[in-house]
Amino acid sequence: MDKIIKYDQLLQLLSAHAKELLREPGVLFWGILFPILMSLGLGLAFTRKQDVIRDVAVITQHQKSISEADSSSPLQTFLDTRTERLPFQSGEPAQYKLVIPNDKLGNTTFVFKQATWDNAIVMLKRGSISIIITETGDGIHYHFDPRNPEGQLNYLKLTAVISGEPRPQTSDSNIEPLTVTGTRYIDFFVPGLIAMGIMMSCMWGISYGIIEKRSQKLLRRMVATPMKKSHFLISLITVRLCMSFVESSLLFLFAWLAFGITIQGNVFALLTLFLAGNIAFAGIAIFTSYHTARTEIGNGLINVVVMPMMVLSGIFFSYHNFPDWAIPVIQKFPLTMLADGMRSIFIEGAGFTETIFPIAILSIIGVVFFSAGLKVFKWH
Amino acid sequence: MNNHSTQTVTREAVVEVRNVYKSFKTVKAVQGVNLLIYSGQFLALLGPNGAGKTTLVEMIEGIQTPDSGDIVIMGKHWKGHADELHRLIGLSLQETRFIDKLNVRETLKLFASFYDLNHQRVEEIIDMVGLKDKCTAYVVNLSGGQRQRLALGIALLNNPKILLLDEPTTGLDPNARREVWSILFKLKEQSETSLILTTHYMEEAEQLCDYIVIIDNGQILKEGTLDQLLNEDRAEKLIAFTLEDDQHISNLDYSEMPFPVQWDTFGKSGSVALNQIEADIPTFLSFLKQHNIGLKNFECRRKTLDDLFVSMTGRRLNG
Ligand SMILES: Nc1ncnc2c1ncn2[C@@H]1O[C@H](COP(=O)(O)OP(=O)(O)OP(=O)(O)O)[C@@H](O)[C@H]1O
Ligand SMILES: [Mg+2]
Repeated sequence: MDKIIKYDQLLQLLSAHAKELLREPGVLFWGILFPILMSLGLGLAFTRKQDVIRDVAVITQHQKSISEADSSSPLQTFLDTRTERLPFQSGEPAQYKLVIPNDKLGNTTFVFKQATWDNAIVMLKRGSISIIITETGDGIHYHFDPRNPEGQLNYLKLTAVISGEPRPQTSDSNIEPLTVTGTRYIDFFVPGLIAMGIMMSCMWGISYGIIEKRSQKLLRRMVATPMKKSHFLISLITVRLCMSFVESSLLFLFAWLAFGITIQGNVFALLTLFLAGNIAFAGIAIFTSYHTARTEIGNGLINVVVMPMMVLSGIFFSYHNFPDWAIPVIQKFPLTMLADGMRSIFIEGAGFTETIFPIAILSIIGVVFFSAGLKVFKWH
Repeated sequence: MNNHSTQTVTREAVVEVRNVYKSFKTVKAVQGVNLLIYSGQFLALLGPNGAGKTTLVEMIEGIQTPDSGDIVIMGKHWKGHADELHRLIGLSLQETRFIDKLNVRETLKLFASFYDLNHQRVEEIIDMVGLKDKCTAYVVNLSGGQRQRLALGIALLNNPKILLLDEPTTGLDPNARREVWSILFKLKEQSETSLILTTHYMEEAEQLCDYIVIIDNGQILKEGTLDQLLNEDRAEKLIAFTLEDDQHISNLDYSEMPFPVQWDTFGKSGSVALNQIEADIPTFLSFLKQHNIGLKNFECRRKTLDDLFVSMTGRRLNG
């Protein structure tokens, strides 16, 4: 009567949880389609060779007599000789176009717009330009925010063309675009997306599921039977684990077909890390849902756990852009550990030796939170 | 097989509630309740909203724990015997939702697995509660009455020795209510199951149960069989009347009233308990005539539990 595992009970619970999950049409979209669309969108946006168009405001000395070429103005001379004047309606400021072709990096087109200082500042504030060029008696001046990398980049490119030195053709041939597998944005992004999927699946699937059942009094009805509580939780976690395995596999399959992503490291290490990540977030999910019977509060709690990690853990962009003091903290988040571990296997070809530390820590996090949550868990 | 003499001498209590108290922050939900429920007995807990019925029943179910007092089921306390007691008990909560996207049969199978029961029992239950044509419908698509019957079916799965139903017929139409009653009647005929049922409906208590406990403000006001409760003061019939619109209790000199009148809270209608209809009605009518009292409404009937409740608390049970 008191067997440790009751197979029929466990089987029925597994099947109930699985059916509950699979019969919810939203699951298919949010769990499977949405991550794939996200990888597709961001993958395309950041992987394509980019042709860019940049607007630049120019304020020449003799604003009023634009049409008359002024030999004493190097800026006006540059505009008249090197650029193509765009057709314009009378009364509107003149515009000039210059294309800097580049096979490897994509073409850059500069559009120079005649403007007054005030107009130029407005454009700058709106973000439609990042640099203003003026001319005084002692030469050409470039105005831009030194903290804006876009402004800096435009400055470098523009000085090269405006100061008249033809760009040395040799420089281009030195550029070797790194679009090989493993160094593109999509290679960085997909492992992170898989890690995030594990977190989301556990937190929303397990935590929210439990809180909802508690709010509907289903939890108290179930524990008023000889049901084993451990079986209830194990089955819930197992179903989620299988679900996130399917989700991750499909996402990987898609990324492999569409972008040629490969796993360069040890596949078994990856599977172990995947399992450890699920353990960690399942534990955290149980802990998060230990008490509340209100789904609104549950929503908030889950967001409190999920949001900071989503923003900080470097899923979309590297967390190395955060201040130095924050990085050691960020690196200790479970999602960071999971995402970094996944990337090291996917991209850097890591194996068990490199990932055993995060695997162990994630498993311990899961077990600790699970035990703590279970101690205080409110079934009624 | 049964020794007839011992059966009649020692009736065995299956549930014993001894001096139980339970409070929530400011509310004293149950205050010193004592109850004995015997094998095969059907007991109704009758009381208005907030009386403490659910709290009491959930303490017996082991879902809530009393602040003080003892609850003993088949000689065992909840502490340390939970798994055993769960197997003896069948219950339905006042409000439960089951898993929306499971169908009726799957839901029953799930609960059957908790009791190590086979699928044959599931089919029996589907028959018993009349959900055969709904057995592949998702729970979320069941009507309120069908859902109540599913809850009842789950409560009956393990052939419980003790069945606890918290308002099993609230919100059902009269026909659906009668269907539930007939399931319970059959159970009474065929098994030794004891039932504790909470309800607002006095007919439910009257028809279905052989022992009635009236509870209000967490205390037992009165308990006994229907006859015991109604015949206690030997007046089992009564006159119920409503005064004409222009008259009020304050216009009357009720010291002269031939019988004690139980007035309602508005002082417009009241009731009088009678010992003998034939002799008492003429007395009452002549008193009205003497004092020029006009009545809007006058009826003479058998006393009900509702009347009893009014006489004890001045409030009606429902409506
Ligand atoms: N969890 C709780 N927290 C605070 N107060 C509670 C809680 N449960 C019940 N109460 C209070 O205890 C009192 C008794 O509630 P209970 O649910 O037992 O009444 P009831 O007789 O079942 O009423 P109803 O017929 O409306 O179901 C009520 O005043 C209620 O507000
Ligand atoms: Mg109640």
